[in-house]
Amino acid sequence: MALVNRIANLFRRSKVDRDIDDELQAHIALRTDDNLAAGMTPTQARREALLRFGNPVSTRERATAAEVTLSLETLARDVRYVVRRVRRSPGFAITAILTLALGIGANVVVFSVLNSILLRPLKVANPYRLFQIVQTQQGYDNQSYPDYLDFKARNATFSDMTAYRLGFTGLSAGAGGAQKYMNYEVSGNYFDLLGIQPALGRFFHQSDEHGPNSAPYIVLSDHLWRARFNADPNIIGTTVDLNKHPFTILGVAPANFNGTEIFLWPEFWIPIVNEEQIEGYNFLVKRFNHGLFVIGSIRPGVSPQQATDNLTTVAHQMTREHPKEDDGLGARLVKPGLMGDVFGGAARSFLTAMMVLAILVLVAACANLAGICAARAADRTRELAIRLSIGSTRGHVMRQLLTEAIVVSIAGGVAGTIVSVALLGALSRWQPIPQYPIHVAVVPDVRVYAIAILLSLLSGILPGLLPARQIWRTDVTQAMRSGTATANLIGRFSVRDILLGLQIALCALLVTASLVSLRGMERSLHAPLGFSPQDAMLAEADLQMAGYSDATALPMQRRMIDEAARIPGVIAVGTIDQAPLTGGGSSTPVYRDGTADLRQSNAVTGAKYFSISPGYLVAAGTRLLAGRDLSWADTATAPGVAIVNQTFAHSMFGNTPAVGQHFLGAGNDRYQVVGVIEDGKYDSLTENPQAAMFLPLAQSSDNNTTLVVRSQLSSAETASALNRVLTGIDSSLPLSIRPWPDALALALFPARIATMALSVMGILAAILAITGVFGMAAYSVSKKMRELGIRVALGARRTQIMRSALGRPLLLLFSGSVTGLVLGVLASRLLAQLVYQATPRDPLVLLGAVAAMTIVGLVATWIPASRALAVDPALLLRNE
Amino acid sequence: MGKADSSKNDLQGNLDLLVLKTLAHAGSLHGYGIVLHIQRASDELLNVEEGSLYPALHRMEQSGWVASEWAFTETNRRAKYYKLTAAGRRQLEAAQENFDRLVRGVRAVLRYA
Repeated sequence: MALVNRIANLFRRSKVDRDIDDELQAHIALRTDDNLAAGMTPTQARREALLRFGNPVSTRERATAAEVTLSLETLARDVRYVVRRVRRSPGFAITAILTLALGIGANVVVFSVLNSILLRPLKVANPYRLFQIVQTQQGYDNQSYPDYLDFKARNATFSDMTAYRLGFTGLSAGAGGAQKYMNYEVSGNYFDLLGIQPALGRFFHQSDEHGPNSAPYIVLSDHLWRARFNADPNIIGTTVDLNKHPFTILGVAPANFNGTEIFLWPEFWIPIVNEEQIEGYNFLVKRFNHGLFVIGSIRPGVSPQQATDNLTTVAHQMTREHPKEDDGLGARLVKPGLMGDVFGGAARSFLTAMMVLAILVLVAACANLAGICAARAADRTRELAIRLSIGSTRGHVMRQLLTEAIVVSIAGGVAGTIVSVALLGALSRWQPIPQYPIHVAVVPDVRVYAIAILLSLLSGILPGLLPARQIWRTDVTQAMRSGTATANLIGRFSVRDILLGLQIALCALLVTASLVSLRGMERSLHAPLGFSPQDAMLAEADLQMAGYSDATALPMQRRMIDEAARIPGVIAVGTIDQAPLTGGGSSTPVYRDGTADLRQSNAVTGAKYFSISPGYLVAAGTRLLAGRDLSWADTATAPGVAIVNQTFAHSMFGNTPAVGQHFLGAGNDRYQVVGVIEDGKYDSLTENPQAAMFLPLAQSSDNNTTLVVRSQLSSAETASALNRVLTGIDSSLPLSIRPWPDALALALFPARIATMALSVMGILAAILAITGVFGMAAYSVSKKMRELGIRVALGARRTQIMRSALGRPLLLLFSGSVTGLVLGVLASRLLAQLVYQATPRDPLVLLGAVAAMTIVGLVATWIPASRALAVDPALLLRNE
Repeated sequence: MGKADSSKNDLQGNLDLLVLKTLAHAGSLHGYGIVLHIQRASDELLNVEEGSLYPALHRMEQSGWVASEWAFTETNRRAKYYKLTAAGRRQLEAAQENFDRLVRGVRAVLRYA
């Protein structure tokens, strides 16, 4: 290819020079030879040859020029020209580059997050063959250990399956106290299936499993090994205590392997067969205990659909064998790493929505750039007309305009990418919830940079083409005569106007959406939660970790309550196994009294169940609507009682009073309802009312204990008093004390993220709308200066001047804002999934959106308006 | 830019024509050989200016009309040999047609005047 040759020649110019030199020397030599043959003396012959050849240097120069010129040279010339022009109007360049940097930056950030959460596979061997096996029912993502073993043994489509369970375990080494870490309990084949090699020591294998509690081994994460053991290689083979049981350190995982959940990184792994030592009960034999994540590796050549069909057959077989425990069991494959499909589903829809918004922001940025480019092209109509008339081709003029747009867009893209990479770094270090080891590891990869470059080029070329179209239509004589193509601009709505209108609409949409979610957030803090977190402290004490069994835990729990109640200022104290909205709580089917066949399909409803002490309801601020609170007289030997919430009472007993009636639990336990309390939120702020029951601590012993303390004192005073009292009882007790409102971080997390992201997008859109409207208004005013001058001279009023100067931008601003508001109201339905009570039917939201758009309009048109009003007709007319 | 050249009726256009024709006739030649051939074929009437020949050759090579390679002459000197490409052959036809038209036009004018 000639162009490729030329580019290549540019870089090896000296070689080309030498080549040409040789050729010319050969020519002179050949003539000298002929001259000699004709009988000249050698000196004469050479002299004559040189003379006839002329100036060899200039010839060489011209020959070289032929090699490297044309397209390439013109391209360089275009770029130089662009840079010169851009430098002459830095305002344009800065606006355009900033605009694009915002648009491209937003896209790079959102795409990186999307990429690392949804697109990029786990960092293991054969990641594309790995699938997480979840149940068919939405929200049932876990399997039980016996089910896992059956799936693994009976399927024909997976080469292997592994199971893992997330947990927190207290680890103590040497004399130091126990510290709580997130860990995975994994089946023996875990590392082998994933194809991970240890960085140090060895991993455990399937062959290490010989029944319950047979493999007291622990594999450390690189992070824990460095943080807790100072990266000591001699640590291998030594013993640490996990919940007071000795485990031998086998090895250290490589630094880049952080488990099979994208967000939740374990600090260590232990064999699942030893779970009883950690958890205090044996779930390995309990088919109804669904708490494991199962990942399988599909055999080569098997499609996910075939695998699903195969597993479904196996699941139906299991249901026939275990009609109670495996009732309705099915199988579905999802991408692993997102805690099953529930989290994955939410993340997917949220990130997709964010990606759409980011693209819209970029479209707005492009619209802006197109507007600026078009305005500049219109200003240059005369210059371009001159160039066309003195022989420049339209193609050449267009190429220059395009080069200009692309140079600017690449600058914008680079700026945007740099900023967003910095932002992503901060995001990766961010720990959204202190108690949970949540990691948002977003590392931009090749794909991200490719997208950034592609977006930069696209967003340069498309806006660049718009003015190019204008050039194509330019009528040279017309343009030369009238100077600028004024008629084109003012008469009717142009593409530019529509683009600007869209941009304003987008801005209004985002502003509305972010206000809706902000209000929702605010409201969710005062929502009827079924308890009142204000003025209450939570003290979480893991008795299991401190070596208490279920039997010895109860007296300890009672002592903790009594001691805490004695702290001055404390109004009420109680315990609950896991406070609502802090990421725990299990569900169990409940049956009508007298149901014979306790299979899941016969259940009245699934109910959340909590284990509480007397006094909890008062301490939590939960209203008792009927009946009585639990009492210490409800002991293990007394008849089973329960307090239920309104939803439970209604679905179980209809409209008859619930107090005094009976129902059955999953284990055929019979409970009498002694009290009814108000409904509350248990899993998330946006959930629908759920049935819940509260059982007395003594009848459903649980050594997971959260002490709820309601106090008149400040939270800091209560916290220190609590700490003193509780460590006074048992100094080895692992404690975490925090105000209840702080503990709601997890529940508020989705809403916080949504609000933050929407606000950022809203601000971006507002900035873009302001620059867009400003650009257009300023341009329209400067085009009309002369007309305005004449009008002022003829005695026009200020309002008339304003209408003439800013009518179009204001009309666009108004119609765009209205459109955006309407769209925002419609889009809020989507938001309702993430944000508590997201509703646009809120006067504050509507007022806020209108106010925001008014501010956008005022900021954007202030300067052009004052310029228009300051028109001095005498000065203007003299100048023209 | 090749398009623009073919319609030009200036000396450079004619030099291109002469070079292309020479290469079409002689097959493969070095620059000096081209000069000699044109001189001889025109009965010493046309004297190619060597300072213009080489830029023209290189330009034609970049346009893909001729290809070049280094080889040895009968006198054992290293020289760059040029030969016509398919594109060059088409260009030759076009240039020849163009030139014929020019000559007919000039002759017609001269006859009329």
